[in-house]
Amino acid sequence: MATDTQPPAPPTPPAPPARHGVLSAGRAAIAARHLRTDRWWLQPLLTALGLSAFVVYSTWRAFANAYYYAEPYVSPFYSPCLGSNCVDMPLGARWPLFGEWWGLSPALLVLIFPLGFRLTCYYYRKAYYRGFWASPPACAVAEPHEKYTGETRFPLILQNIHRYFFYFAIPVALILTYDVVLAFRDEQGAWGHMGLGTLVLLVNIALIWAYTASCHSCRHIVGGRLRHFSKHPVRYRMWTWVGKLNSRHMLLAWLSLVSVALADLYVYLVASGAFDDPRFF
Amino acid sequence: MAQVERHAYDVVVVGAGGAGLRAAIEAREQGMRTAVICKSLFGKAHTVMAEGGIAASMANVNPHDNWQVHFRDTMRGGKFLNQWRMAELHAREAPDRVWELETWGALFDRTKDGRISQRNFGGHEYPRLAHVGDRTGLELIRTLQQKIVSLQQEDHREHGDYEARLKVFQECTVTRVLKEDEGGGTEESAGRGRGGKVSGVFGYVRESGRFFVIEAPAVVLATGGIGKSFKVTSNSWEYTGDGHALALLAGAPLINMEFVQFHPTGMVWPPSVKGILVTESVRGDGGVLRNSEGKRFMFDYVPDVFKEKYAQSEDEGDRWYEDPDNNRRPPELLPRDEVARAINSEVKAGRGSPHGGVFLDVSTRLSAEVIRRKLPSMHHQFKELADVDITAEAMEVGPTCHYVMGGVDVDPDTAAATGVPGLFAAGEVAGGMHGSNRLGGNSLSDLLVFGRRAGLHAAEYTAGLGGARPAVVEWQVDAAAAEALRPFSAEAETVPDGVPENPYTLHQELQQTMNDLVGIIRRQGEMEEALTRLDALRVRARRAGVEGHRQFNPGWHLAIDLRNMLLVSECVARAALERTESRGGHTRDDHPAMDRRWRKLNLVCELSDPADAFGEVSVGRREMDPIRPDLLALFEKDELLKYLTDEELDR
Amino acid sequence: MSTYTAHFRVWRGDADGGGLRDYRVEVHDGEVVLDIIHRLQATQAGDLAVRWNCKAGKCGSCSAEVNGRPRLMCMTRMSVFGRDETITVTPMRTFPVVRDLVTDVSFNYDKAREVPSFVPPEGVAPGEYRMLQEDVERSQEFRKCIECFLCQDTCHVVRDHEENKKAFAGPRFLMRVAELDMHPLDAAEEQGLDRKRSAQDEHGLGYCNITKCCTEVCPEHIKITDNALIPLKERAVDRKYDPLVWLGDKIRRRT
Repeated sequence: MATDTQPPAPPTPPAPPARHGVLSAGRAAIAARHLRTDRWWLQPLLTALGLSAFVVYSTWRAFANAYYYAEPYVSPFYSPCLGSNCVDMPLGARWPLFGEWWGLSPALLVLIFPLGFRLTCYYYRKAYYRGFWASPPACAVAEPHEKYTGETRFPLILQNIHRYFFYFAIPVALILTYDVVLAFRDEQGAWGHMGLGTLVLLVNIALIWAYTASCHSCRHIVGGRLRHFSKHPVRYRMWTWVGKLNSRHMLLAWLSLVSVALADLYVYLVASGAFDDPRFF
Repeated sequence: MAQVERHAYDVVVVGAGGAGLRAAIEAREQGMRTAVICKSLFGKAHTVMAEGGIAASMANVNPHDNWQVHFRDTMRGGKFLNQWRMAELHAREAPDRVWELETWGALFDRTKDGRISQRNFGGHEYPRLAHVGDRTGLELIRTLQQKIVSLQQEDHREHGDYEARLKVFQECTVTRVLKEDEGGGTEESAGRGRGGKVSGVFGYVRESGRFFVIEAPAVVLATGGIGKSFKVTSNSWEYTGDGHALALLAGAPLINMEFVQFHPTGMVWPPSVKGILVTESVRGDGGVLRNSEGKRFMFDYVPDVFKEKYAQSEDEGDRWYEDPDNNRRPPELLPRDEVARAINSEVKAGRGSPHGGVFLDVSTRLSAEVIRRKLPSMHHQFKELADVDITAEAMEVGPTCHYVMGGVDVDPDTAAATGVPGLFAAGEVAGGMHGSNRLGGNSLSDLLVFGRRAGLHAAEYTAGLGGARPAVVEWQVDAAAAEALRPFSAEAETVPDGVPENPYTLHQELQQTMNDLVGIIRRQGEMEEALTRLDALRVRARRAGVEGHRQFNPGWHLAIDLRNMLLVSECVARAALERTESRGGHTRDDHPAMDRRWRKLNLVCELSDPADAFGEVSVGRREMDPIRPDLLALFEKDELLKYLTDEELDR
Repeated sequence: MSTYTAHFRVWRGDADGGGLRDYRVEVHDGEVVLDIIHRLQATQAGDLAVRWNCKAGKCGSCSAEVNGRPRLMCMTRMSVFGRDETITVTPMRTFPVVRDLVTDVSFNYDKAREVPSFVPPEGVAPGEYRMLQEDVERSQEFRKCIECFLCQDTCHVVRDHEENKKAFAGPRFLMRVAELDMHPLDAAEEQGLDRKRSAQDEHGLGYCNITKCCTEVCPEHIKITDNALIPLKERAVDRKYDPLVWLGDKIRRRT
């Protein structure tokens, strides 16, 4: 999902002019751009493949504008549904705030928020800077670019607004939680039922909350910005707790990415009639 | 005339460990233009290896602690051979020196009420060691380093130059302290003899091999110890006794050189880390020592004087950890010298571990979780360096050379070296403070207290000279340059077989000799043998030759350092041979008892032939000043009787 | 005890040039790369230049690159390599080389000087400092740093872009800024020094793209990126990009 701000990396970057980076004058004269003997390229390759797969899938589903609602399940890609062109979702998060003029898929109105949240996330930044932009491809492996300004200039200086996306991620997660509650109904809207879809959405929302709470901005806001923890015992405890989640931020980022895609896929399969949702009770 | 860079400063500090940096800070704050010279990079000094803490009676944990108690502990630890005035100053000033570190940014571990936490340590009556986990030395060195940077920032604001008043010359080695010409004018009489004032230092830049002279009326030696003369040591390569040798060559005497502390538990395997310390707390927390037969041998080594104080059975020893009030402590916790001797005997009797140590085991007594919590760095150290999981297996340990109590004879108040105006010494290179045995934690406080004093008095000395500064004498510079270059021309010299000696081989032989013959247990015959071998090594060291050029050439550096190591080794051997008793860090197999008549005697080493760098060392006896009555009054008479002669007590 | 002969390639040379030279050298059980380098010195290459000190991972002197990865030589056990593997040892490739494995690390000492030191609080005498353990713990983690400069070496901002050295302090010294900003008693702000802002304006925090190589190579296992650099970025955001925080501070100051 990072590709829209990051130009796709050429598979084999052109060799930079000599006397640059590790080849600069004065440094140990070694012609090789790196001397690593391990499979350093595996990690960025897997990252790039994983992210690309998600981008392809989510682009298709976001523009599809179909098969995103199967009573009582709504796909996380389409919730809340803010266009007037949404399918009828009894009790669901369907608020046609945008009126008639919006003709494209209603998913696009909502996906911008999780997209922005993940795009500016400290983990995903690392992942796509390494995987797509090869900056650097791996530690102590020379990067192909001649110039580097990092996040000091437009557009990458915008990464600093991660915090706002975190603020927005909370209502989005709340609405998805609301969707999960609604999923404890049957097709007729009667409460107290549960199917495989409910479980899928439940796992998904749990992972989304864990990912959101483990965010570095969250860690900073709940307590990290304090100088004296001792004067704020509650926030200190929250900071400690978020810190524990934060150390698994990468894992949660991937799990929640997979789960959200699977949740959408599940709704798609049920809605398109390809699969019949098994009811537990 | 030799090609040398010239600089001029008010005070030069040789060594950038705790003592050196503290001295430099003080001299600079007194308004002196100060230079610090160190062999390694700035901030890498051996002080970083100190783990336990800084002893200072701040009474943060136990309110009964005060400087008098600290003084008493220090004197007991040193078996009353300490320079008592130094021990007094040390105990009085240590708290201020620790608190001052906080104002420079140090972050010690805290008590519940936010003060500096203090921990228990061997020989200290109360919890007294300010610490940061087990990396206190790193905190100390980093804090001093950052204080120096902050002074440089001040200078930068004022003069536009960071190094206007305080400069660190990293990776430089000093090979000679220079002295004024006293009018005699000959090489034999002047410069290296007694009396003349210090005029500067001569050294080389390790990186380029270029020579330099720093003209300065005051030189502070803060070069640390001598451990690299021994094969198994916890000391780094820098510890080649440079300051000891520089002082000796400049005409200043060394005292107490027979007292070398061997820590009982150093790693013995793998070879790369042989000698690296295994902290005392492993035994304090329940580690037991076993030989290859699986026997807890320490029970066989409890000396009579300690019989009532230590457990007689394994059961009782085991109970002590839980209930120290009703049981006696296990003999693993005997003083360092006793444990080191016991391990030594077991290994010699063929009951050692595969790599020549004994087994230290915590895994059978503590759960894996407790071990990881209480001994994190030891767990990490063995896991990463030896691939040994101490939660499941025993460690192999053996004695390792750790610290030299002896050093430059100094005035206790000013840290000025005896007999050489302008020369000062602080830290491990200075002698007297710790007597015959140093307590854990007292070295870091020693560095701070006497580092500051040395810097202060060096500054005062320089200021007192006014404009009349001793001049550097050219022939000394030329002689020093020729001496330093000798390894490159070794082949050309007329030597019996025409082949230059490999400095690495010479160093190994020296270490083996000291380890085997002047090590932890000493005998007259062995030490005489050692002196014979040192003699031969000295002759061969003149022929030490190196290849390559002067730019960062480690072989050359070692060849130069050999002079210093041979000199201090000879001091250790001669003094040890002379002292016919056992006391603290000096154990004589042929004189196993402590003798009260030896208590007040210092052995003083001096260069016997000032004209020759490889000349022999002579040892003389000197009586110490009687301990001040108010300090003596801090002890019970019964206790004093063990140390002082009847006539000393009657006075 | 088993012994074998290993194939080493060690970079020999100086600023004017040099190359990898092959050595066959004996290896014993339990040794680390630094031991082998020392054996080379003592037996085959007496003038092989290398920095080292404590041999226990506590001083940070023997930094180099082993098989292309920045490492402390004293903490790299030979047993992690196959017996027939060629082991390549080079100096750190981010700093100018002096000779053989020794590099000129003065970049780091220059950067250290650019970070304003701890500012003691006014009116608090020595001995009266009161700080609670939970308040000093974050900075204490950063003070575990042994200044091996491996993080500075691996950081692509300066490794791959010599021209960035001027503007970028590197992970080690951005961490130092974080350490001081989190110090419970640092009085820089009272003296008009805003460490959060200067991290970005003076020390080049924006160059960091949090790709975490500094954390990967840290022999002290300090979480440089997660605990120092990202929190510092967030603190800079507080100052420069978050009007909510700005407004909140403003209101709180009024009341």
